[in-house]
Amino acid sequence: MRRWIPLLLVIALGAFLYLGLFLNPKEVPSPLVGKPAPEFTLPVVGRPGETFSPAELHGQVWLLNIWAPWCAICLKEHRVFRELIGPEVPVYGLTWKDLDREAAPLLARDGNPYVKAVDDVEGRVAIRYGVTVTPETFVIDRAGVIRMKHVGPITPQVWEQKFRPLLRELRA
Amino acid sequence: MIPELGQFATILALVVALVQGTLPLLGAQRGEQRLMALGRPLAQAQFTLLLVAFAALAWSFLAHDFSVKNVAQNSFSQLPAVYRFTATWGSHEGSLLLWTLILAGWSAAVAVFSRQLPPEMVARVLGVLGLVSVGFLVLLVFTSNPFERLFPIPLDGRDLNPLLQDAGMISHPPLLYMGYVGFSVAFAFAIAALLSGRLDAAWARWSRPWTTIAWTFLTLGIGLGSWWAYRELGWGGWWFWDPTENASLMPWLAGTALIHALAATEKRGVFSNWSVLLAIATFSLSLLGTFLVRSGVLSSVHAFAVDPLRGLTILAFLGIVVGGSMVLYALRAPRMVTGGSFGVFSRESLLLGNNVFLVAALGAVLLGTLYPLFVDALGLGKISVGPQYFNAVFVPLVAPALFLVGIGPLARWKQADLPDLMSRLKWAFGVALVSAALLPLTMDGINLQVTLGLFLALWILFTVLQGFALRTQHYQGSRVRRLFGLPRAFWGMQFAHLGLAVMVVGVTMVSNYETERDVRMPIGSHVELAGYRFVFQGVEEVPGPNYLAGRGTMEITPPRGRPFTLYPEKRHYNASGMIMTQAAVDYGLFRDVYISLGDPLEDGAWTARVYHKPFVGWLWLGAVMLAIGGGLAATDRRYRVVIRRRKATPAAATVPAATVPEVAT
Repeated sequence: MRRWIPLLLVIALGAFLYLGLFLNPKEVPSPLVGKPAPEFTLPVVGRPGETFSPAELHGQVWLLNIWAPWCAICLKEHRVFRELIGPEVPVYGLTWKDLDREAAPLLARDGNPYVKAVDDVEGRVAIRYGVTVTPETFVIDRAGVIRMKHVGPITPQVWEQKFRPLLRELRA
Repeated sequence: MIPELGQFATILALVVALVQGTLPLLGAQRGEQRLMALGRPLAQAQFTLLLVAFAALAWSFLAHDFSVKNVAQNSFSQLPAVYRFTATWGSHEGSLLLWTLILAGWSAAVAVFSRQLPPEMVARVLGVLGLVSVGFLVLLVFTSNPFERLFPIPLDGRDLNPLLQDAGMISHPPLLYMGYVGFSVAFAFAIAALLSGRLDAAWARWSRPWTTIAWTFLTLGIGLGSWWAYRELGWGGWWFWDPTENASLMPWLAGTALIHALAATEKRGVFSNWSVLLAIATFSLSLLGTFLVRSGVLSSVHAFAVDPLRGLTILAFLGIVVGGSMVLYALRAPRMVTGGSFGVFSRESLLLGNNVFLVAALGAVLLGTLYPLFVDALGLGKISVGPQYFNAVFVPLVAPALFLVGIGPLARWKQADLPDLMSRLKWAFGVALVSAALLPLTMDGINLQVTLGLFLALWILFTVLQGFALRTQHYQGSRVRRLFGLPRAFWGMQFAHLGLAVMVVGVTMVSNYETERDVRMPIGSHVELAGYRFVFQGVEEVPGPNYLAGRGTMEITPPRGRPFTLYPEKRHYNASGMIMTQAAVDYGLFRDVYISLGDPLEDGAWTARVYHKPFVGWLWLGAVMLAIGGGLAATDRRYRVVIRRRKATPAAATVPAATVPEVAT
């Protein structure tokens, strides 16, 4: 019997590793969930002179997506916004550390998936939102409270499983 | 055309590996010479095919073939040639190809250097290696094709991650893989021994040089990785307890334990079941490392792009290899404890002690590395395990093992004389302890950590010298000549143990006496640190091949000796837009001076961080000494004798290798 112990240990370890495949270690529960979305006023990318602040959206459910022009996955995610998500809920973009000023031409060329994208060139607003990686997406409810934070790109499956039920609830 | 050639060669290699993994094993089971003899040519054919595949990928990188997806994602038209070559293994797919190539290389080496082994053994070992190779080739062909084409073809590539554009990265991955994969040979020998049911001293003798060579490569690979982190990450750390570092440390600890256990198995026929288990564990931990790095199960600075299907495939492979081995072990490991008996105080018992501490340290690292996963999988929340845990747990487990380094080599096999040994070592112990207690007083007062570290280092130094003295006493004639007549295995052991002492000094000194300052520096201002005076002369723009650097000039006046200048850089990489801190280091035997640039402020002022790191170079010096020791031990006369004899007159077997007198462990 003793000689089977190594096998049992290996099986137990394997089970944990298997479970681990379906977890995301980068996803850390945000302390901001349940708190009001930090307020800011930032210039809108591609529309000189115009600014945006979350207070304008009181009474609406909306998404704030943190992205950067140098982030390849973010650009892939834009297609999902354009085709799937945009028609259902307004998506706003927070452009993080666009030091090379590529965001405006990029959005003009490839199509802007956001209602408005704001320019957080120094990343100060992103710090207040606790951004660790791009892309990240916050769901903000009618009272301006953050209800969920998703780390990583939104795929159609993620949208279906994580976002849709929550949005239905928030709008009910 | 060339990439397709590479892909074709990979697929052919898979077919060859399938045959290599089945027919020779079948032949060994049935005793059919013709099937067994297939192992050698197949192993060599597989190696040749993978060499072609690797060359095809390297060519695609060197020739800027951006129609290959892998090249487009990991290279760039301005990337210097040497980094275009190393970019071949800069991606998940490419590094998997390198891994497979190295595995085939080890198999081919076994095929060439195994003429003195019985044909059944060779057939089984090569068969097992073939099966391991099948696993990796399946991954390569079906989930991670490095030769995939892109259409439309991009004009330029996205560039290799700037962090990987460093001299250390040229050889770190190949060396590390040589180590990881090299343990597959020890694994194959263990499985072959289980299949044949003969876990004897001969098996241990065959495994030993292979294990030691693999361990040597792994030591160098880990050392280089740590050196890379030190230079490239910009804040002078050398070990972070990152999951991927732990993934390389775990097989190293298991491999170190294995080397010592095999010594006892070969000399005295003891611990054979334990050695088999360790050989399986060492290679399994290498595979676990691959899984952890590539599946995204743990978050790490090293993680490659994450793909759940890929993770699942690697896990399935890991499960088959480890699970299958454990079933085989449970079924076939001898029920009777074999080998001679030994006393409570003997070299055997001390080696056992070494193994207990090393495996306990390994367990502690494994637990710390996977703990966040366990907690997350059980739904208990998110945690991370930091250096505090590892330092608190690892040091107390390794310190006793280091103490044993002093005693083990001096103790006799079977039954050692404790009072005699104590009287021999009392001076070494006393002098080491008193010096270690007094030395910190010359710095900044009593420091128990420093005392512990220096005591262990001095203790190892004195006992190593004692070992040389013992080996050369009672000898007529020149002691020096006698010294150089000692077997390489003995020299290797002494060198490696001394390397540990050197490394312990490095770790102790830099952890306790490192100083740093994080300052705002206007042009012309200065800062003082550890007697050094740093004068900042500003930052100028200097173009590099594929980046634009802001190059700072820092003039340094040391407390003694001539002033010198260092040029830390802040680089902006053209293709990826990534900004990198390139630290400037002045290396010295007793200290490194290390500067990294922070961010620009107004009026040409910058933030900068300056470090004084005493004895930090001893870390890597120690690693090199460990590796030299491993190299010496693995090329001991008794292994070479066998090879040379085969070359000269295969029939005239004079002295069986096992009875070559006076061999050290």
